[in-house]
Amino acid sequence: MKQAKAIVLTGNGTNCEMEAAHACRLAGFDVVRVAHISELLYGEVLLDDYHFLNLTGGFLDGDDLGSAKAQANRLKYARVSRDNEHLVDQFLRFINDGKLILGVCNGFQLMVKIGLLPALGGEYLTQTATLTFNDCGRFQDRWVYLKHNPASPSIFTKGIEKGIYLPVRHGEGKFQVDSDHILERIESLNLSVLKYSDSAYEAPTMEFPLNPNGSLNAIAALCNETGRLMGLMPHPEAFLNRTNHPRWTREKLPEEGDGLILFKNAADFVRSNL
Amino acid sequence: MVNRIEVGFKRGVRDALGEKVRRRIVEHIHLDVEKVSTVDVFTVEGDLGKGELKAIARGPLSDPVIQRYAVNKGLAEDFDWLIEVGFRSGVTDNVGKTAREAIELFLGESLGERAIAVYTSRQYAVSGRVGREGAERIASGLLANDLIERYEVVSGRDWDREKGMPAYVPKVVGENDILVAEIDLHVSDDELLGISSERLLALNLEEMKAIRRYFRDDTVVEERRRFGLGEYATDVELEALAQTWSEHCKHKIFNSRITYLEEAGGKAFVIDSLFHTYIKKSTQEIRERMGKDDWCLSVFVDNAGVIKFNDDYSLVFKVETHNSPSALDPYGGALTGIVGVNRDPFGTGKGAKLIFNTDVFCFAPPFYDKPLPKRILHPRRIYEGVREGVEHGGNKSGIPTINGCIVFDERFLGKPLVYCGTGGIMPARLHGRPTHTKEVRPGDLIVMTGGRIGKDGIHGATFSSEELHEGSPVTAVQIGDPITQKKMTDFLLLARDRDLYRAITDNGAGGLSSSVGEMARLSGGCELDLAKAPLKYAGLQPWEILLSEAQERMTLAVEPEKVDAFLSLARKMGVEATVLGRFTDSGRFHVLYEEKTVAYLDMAFLHDGVPQLELRARWVAPRHEEAAFPEPSDLGGALKTMLSRLNICSKESVVRQYDHEVQGGSVIKPLTGAVSDGPSDAAVIRPLLDSFEGVVVANGICPRYSDIDTYHMAACAIDEAVRNTIAVGGSLGNIAGLDNFCWCDPVQSEKTPDGEYKTAQLVRANKALFDYCVAFGIPLISGKDSMKNDYFDGVTKISIPPTVLFSVIGKIEDVRMAVTMDVKRPGDLIYLLGKTAFELGGSEYYAAKGYVGNRVPRVDAASALVRYRAYHEAVCRGLVASCHDLSDGGLAVALAESAFAGGLGMAVDLGRVMFAGVSCDRADETLLFSESASRHLVTVRPENREMFEKAMEGTCFSRIGTVTEDGMLTVTGIDGNTVVRGTLSELKEAWQSPLREL
Repeated sequence: MKQAKAIVLTGNGTNCEMEAAHACRLAGFDVVRVAHISELLYGEVLLDDYHFLNLTGGFLDGDDLGSAKAQANRLKYARVSRDNEHLVDQFLRFINDGKLILGVCNGFQLMVKIGLLPALGGEYLTQTATLTFNDCGRFQDRWVYLKHNPASPSIFTKGIEKGIYLPVRHGEGKFQVDSDHILERIESLNLSVLKYSDSAYEAPTMEFPLNPNGSLNAIAALCNETGRLMGLMPHPEAFLNRTNHPRWTREKLPEEGDGLILFKNAADFVRSNL
Repeated sequence: MVNRIEVGFKRGVRDALGEKVRRRIVEHIHLDVEKVSTVDVFTVEGDLGKGELKAIARGPLSDPVIQRYAVNKGLAEDFDWLIEVGFRSGVTDNVGKTAREAIELFLGESLGERAIAVYTSRQYAVSGRVGREGAERIASGLLANDLIERYEVVSGRDWDREKGMPAYVPKVVGENDILVAEIDLHVSDDELLGISSERLLALNLEEMKAIRRYFRDDTVVEERRRFGLGEYATDVELEALAQTWSEHCKHKIFNSRITYLEEAGGKAFVIDSLFHTYIKKSTQEIRERMGKDDWCLSVFVDNAGVIKFNDDYSLVFKVETHNSPSALDPYGGALTGIVGVNRDPFGTGKGAKLIFNTDVFCFAPPFYDKPLPKRILHPRRIYEGVREGVEHGGNKSGIPTINGCIVFDERFLGKPLVYCGTGGIMPARLHGRPTHTKEVRPGDLIVMTGGRIGKDGIHGATFSSEELHEGSPVTAVQIGDPITQKKMTDFLLLARDRDLYRAITDNGAGGLSSSVGEMARLSGGCELDLAKAPLKYAGLQPWEILLSEAQERMTLAVEPEKVDAFLSLARKMGVEATVLGRFTDSGRFHVLYEEKTVAYLDMAFLHDGVPQLELRARWVAPRHEEAAFPEPSDLGGALKTMLSRLNICSKESVVRQYDHEVQGGSVIKPLTGAVSDGPSDAAVIRPLLDSFEGVVVANGICPRYSDIDTYHMAACAIDEAVRNTIAVGGSLGNIAGLDNFCWCDPVQSEKTPDGEYKTAQLVRANKALFDYCVAFGIPLISGKDSMKNDYFDGVTKISIPPTVLFSVIGKIEDVRMAVTMDVKRPGDLIYLLGKTAFELGGSEYYAAKGYVGNRVPRVDAASALVRYRAYHEAVCRGLVASCHDLSDGGLAVALAESAFAGGLGMAVDLGRVMFAGVSCDRADETLLFSESASRHLVTVRPENREMFEKAMEGTCFSRIGTVTEDGMLTVTGIDGNTVVRGTLSELKEAWQSPLREL
């Protein structure tokens, strides 16, 4: 059988690469490569050789120009030294080959700012949404309930019943769009995969701290129309084992954390489709 | 050509920062302001066209969805006052640097040969009738720190939006003349002291005389002549000596010879080095006792201590302070504190991957409302600045901040204490060699990597070796850049794994002088060329290059045959690395600038030539007024008052702003319980994600007890750290300690007439450290001292209370056995482990009533030891449902916290609490609020009762009550009456409200 290969991109301030790689291994990927951005820029590593790209959390370039903004600029304009190809063309080829990208936190911010999400109608590289400063004006590390939209095309969330429970750790997680029209299309196409909700996953909420940032329509995760590209502010790689759960000493919990399913679905998809 | 690009939010987009600033103006400056909006300003220097500027503004500098921009005109509108805050020249501008890189990449080849520079500033457009004076107050009292920032205030009436603000470029304009001064030391003693104070050397007369003697030695002078020097010292040499001999680097007080006299008993004895007599010796005894099971790997010799984690990995831990810089610039000081201490474990042995931060702050109350002495920032600004500095330093570095605390006392107005600790993990062996040792061979190249050198932090080491005063040097302040450091550590970990260097150390206090000087001891000398060092800007003199404490730099010893591979990997990963010379075995610290020798010192003299300090200590036990107030009739009300005390109340607003879960191994988080808001005793993490072995980290600190006796202060700090560790499931036998002393100047002088008493306090704290570390079997693996925590402006002197932070790191075999502090279910039985005594001296309870008292808590290590072991056995057998340690506020506070964290009531009977002492001292308030050491509040499921009691057999413990469903904390007094009855919600509100909004 063909090997399922995941790549985790690091460098310039990412900081969740270790646990993201661990999640990929637990999920069953045969090859998990943690690659520094310089390896891509020097042509030593090619995205083409992998099926699942992880854009992990962190503070790319210190979020100095706004979260992930400087890296978005880099990925758009930098060239690979080996053949002078724009790095972004490698990304587009990866997407057109039907492969998977998961952006978490800073990775989600990056995808939105390059224009990989929501990329309505397949129009990549045009930014139509953003993630900006939390309404509370503060960085927040806290766990949130995420209501799943079962009608969403996301391949990552298949099998999630009502919702999942994960931590957020960000200062710029408030989802905003260019126009009402964009938001309408996001909702009508069911691209809003996960929404901040009450603890029973009954209804989306705008109430702090359940909704930690004031995101429009309580949107916490977004996918594109193919369902193969997804970004989310909460950290699935931070809940792989029950001991990560904030109440594991007082509740009966399954051994496996809620976050792993996203990576397992990715592995399953790769095995059956790529 | 200078251009301004301004970026602000589109109309209708919420400006969260502006709102936060508005709240702070209203709450802290007490001015009525309706609205604040912010604009980011990029001042771009370089030959750029109009089209390019627009493209840059639209591209990398703004977010098209929510922001708008303007080029060379103003963006702000409809305001009464516009305040623009920017950096002074030479201050690190991280955003400016990122913007420049982004613009260069964006313009790509079309940029050609044109050089650009970017400087950032921020505008605050304020709507509100505050007047110019009010606007100035907002600017200087809240928005700008005059030391590192400049501001401009423009009235809305004078505002011409088309013209905007004039561009200002805070560029460092340096001269290029290299000057090495030669100083004649063959002068009178008075003149010698004059040289020391003029040059900020912070050396005393004995030390200056030792240097004079060196430069009088004929053989020394003769050898110097061969290198173009003579009997005069160069400024480079004097600065290198002053730095190496600074209190900060040489720990002169800890290594002094102290004659200690105890007034009461008349016992006098001499201590030849506190460090050797107490600290080192205790560790030595414990290690001997452990014999072949000794798990200490490297103690006191490197930047951090190293212990064994398992056969394959070692743990590294260090705690540092960054007090003086944080007093001047809380944000930059604290940020530098955290990224600085990160480099300690990173520069230990072969270098460790960083896995956690732990921070402890000591501040004056943020609601302080008395006049402030000159140059002292309001404690609220210190609080917010430090909090934010550590947030950025920790979060951006991707290191979880897993544990910490904040201590308040008005005396920390003189200097805030900012303790930053970092732990790391490294493979026990790499390339066939152990990783915890360090070797440098003659011929190895000196390589510096990371950031560039500027005037930042010059004299940091000597500056922190004196008290804070009005004229404290501006250059002592640095602003760290976590991302530059992250890029460097990413690179170096790879270089380590590829075996591309022999040894590594960090550049902290003293810069290259210290890092190269220390490494050169391993080979026996060095030859360092300062002209090769990469600079941020021209105009640095050789001594400044040598001494600069510019951040994010490591120094390495690289084998010549590996240097090409090392440098090329650095280049590829976007990290600067430069060869500055080589290590030798000449026995000399040889520094050149181009071909010319600028310093030539004997290594032995440089490192061991400092004369031993002589101090006298006189201990007279202080007597404080005994508390004289009737027991309050409403002890429930007293409990609520206690829960609202700054030292007890919830620090959740701070904790939530620190990422405590990154790296994915979080097991016990700082906040825990039914709705994740109870205060955990200690942190537990899994550093290896495929294993359930854990690391436990805890701290102990109780400076209030120093008012009575520093011996018991230190003993209680040790016990607090240990009992926190024990509470969550750690065990004695595999925890190591770090001692971190912050003292007020103990050297007797005109400025410090009570120096002998302060020295005696220091001796007593050290004695406790020895006694209790040996008793508990905790080896000390590293430590730190900061000895000049005073403020003096010629009139007002503020000395901090002597403070020991005791931090521990331990191993927990299986994290799945860990215990949290929240009560778990109704019906569970409540136990109190340990006896309570009438020990309210120095307590929060007395402090609330304005008393100190005299009966300070004393630690009975022998009985605690037995109990801690028995309790650990119970934990291992899964018999414990919850456990919370008793500290500030005693039993009452522990009960309230455990109850509301678990969302369940508790009913306890004080009559069942074991009391140590005479019956006339036994009172409800004593049982509730006494801070007797070594106690735990434990809950146990009823079905485990027998097994638990059996496990604890032979120790002091009693069952005091039951967990209930009624949502009430009910305490029955010794007379059988209900003395406390409060709902969980009111208790929790009292605990959460004080610092919620800060």
